[in-house]
Amino acid sequence: MSIKYGLLALLERQPMYGYQLRSEFERSTGATWPLNIGQVYTTLSRLHRDGLVEESGAAGEPAEQGKVVYRLTEAGSADLTRWFTTPVTQDDRPRDELAIKVALAVTTPGVDARAVVQAQRTATVRHLQELTRLKANPAEDDLAWLLVLDSMIFRAEAEVRWLDHSETRLARMRPPAPPRPAARRADEETTEEVPG
Amino acid sequence: MTEYAIELRNVTRVHGSGETAVHALHGVSLAVRPGQLVAVMGPSGSGKSTLLQLAGGLDAPTGGSVHVEGTRLDELSRAGLAALRRRSIGYVFQDLNLIPALTAVENVALPRELDGAKARVARADATRALEEVGVEDLAGRFPDEMSGGQQQRVAIARALVGPRRLLLADEPTGALDTYTGEAVLKVIRARCDAGSAGLLVTHEARHAAWADQIVFLRDGRVVDETGVVPAPDTLLEGAS
Repeated sequence: MSIKYGLLALLERQPMYGYQLRSEFERSTGATWPLNIGQVYTTLSRLHRDGLVEESGAAGEPAEQGKVVYRLTEAGSADLTRWFTTPVTQDDRPRDELAIKVALAVTTPGVDARAVVQAQRTATVRHLQELTRLKANPAEDDLAWLLVLDSMIFRAEAEVRWLDHSETRLARMRPPAPPRPAARRADEETTEEVPG
Repeated sequence: MTEYAIELRNVTRVHGSGETAVHALHGVSLAVRPGQLVAVMGPSGSGKSTLLQLAGGLDAPTGGSVHVEGTRLDELSRAGLAALRRRSIGYVFQDLNLIPALTAVENVALPRELDGAKARVARADATRALEEVGVEDLAGRFPDEMSGGQQQRVAIARALVGPRRLLLADEPTGALDTYTGEAVLKVIRARCDAGSAGLLVTHEARHAAWADQIVFLRDGRVVDETGVVPAPDTLLEGAS
């Protein structure tokens, strides 16, 4: 997704100044997507060029950043409606670095794929704890913020489930490395060693 | 050592013996302080339900020891253990196990009455416990007149009625939808924030994430654990 549709959606509510758009954008995404004012004006000038927004400054004066009110055009409104009614495709999402890393860990000599999976799971669960803490904060009763937070929580959870699944698959498909000598079985109970 | 509500020290549980021996738990140590919620995560067969049974004195370890509020469980008589379980430990299970013939307040009052409290005192304790989980208006309802989420709240109230400050929960959101399940976890979290100790067993990361610390169990061993999470304030600063 681009900043474009975020700004169009905000302008659908009412005409706004650039700095207003920036703060409203951050508020609606629960401060998970900070924008700088430069990004906002760059996007606005592109939207203006494409006829999706129109500018209205003080009458007769040349348009000056900060004094210009932006308003959605009919074309902009139609573009926004199209965006809301079209599902997001998987192609719009960035490549999954983690899946690639785990896939490479399995095929790269000397890399313990199970250790990669385990370390990632602990990190992701810790992230999940942090997100959950934010949600538990009673001051945050903003619906938009909660929806964004939920989305991040469910995505992190899905990653943990995939890691759990991968761990089981790895355990079934290949013996833990290095293989344990049979002679050590007798004192297995007393060792602190974790398999794998 | 009494600063812990519950402590497992190097606990092992072996079923059977000799070549057919099965290690359900292998040298597991963990501890929960009052005000803390600790979650144990693991797949089926990882030993997490065994762990909770040992923690609650429903099963005994074959090695190591279990301490509840400073008392070592294997040093207690059968009657002493039963009394400690009744007074100190509350359980919430996946299957809602309220007694169908009793109202919510009667269900919650029951453990207090079994413990010898007068009916009036038990009822007052039960009413307070229902208030603490936000369902005091359901006091007169029977279990089949409540939703799953409401029943689970009543079960939490029963687990923490009177002086009990240790909550053991085994997949407490099992049959509930995600939204109701979250509400139940919020109640458990709130009770821990108010001073109870909670030990939660779950295979769902989303629920475990409400805990202060998460322990990963695999094949009866602790394979990893998260540290204690930072305070929410620092997180908010990071997000803005």
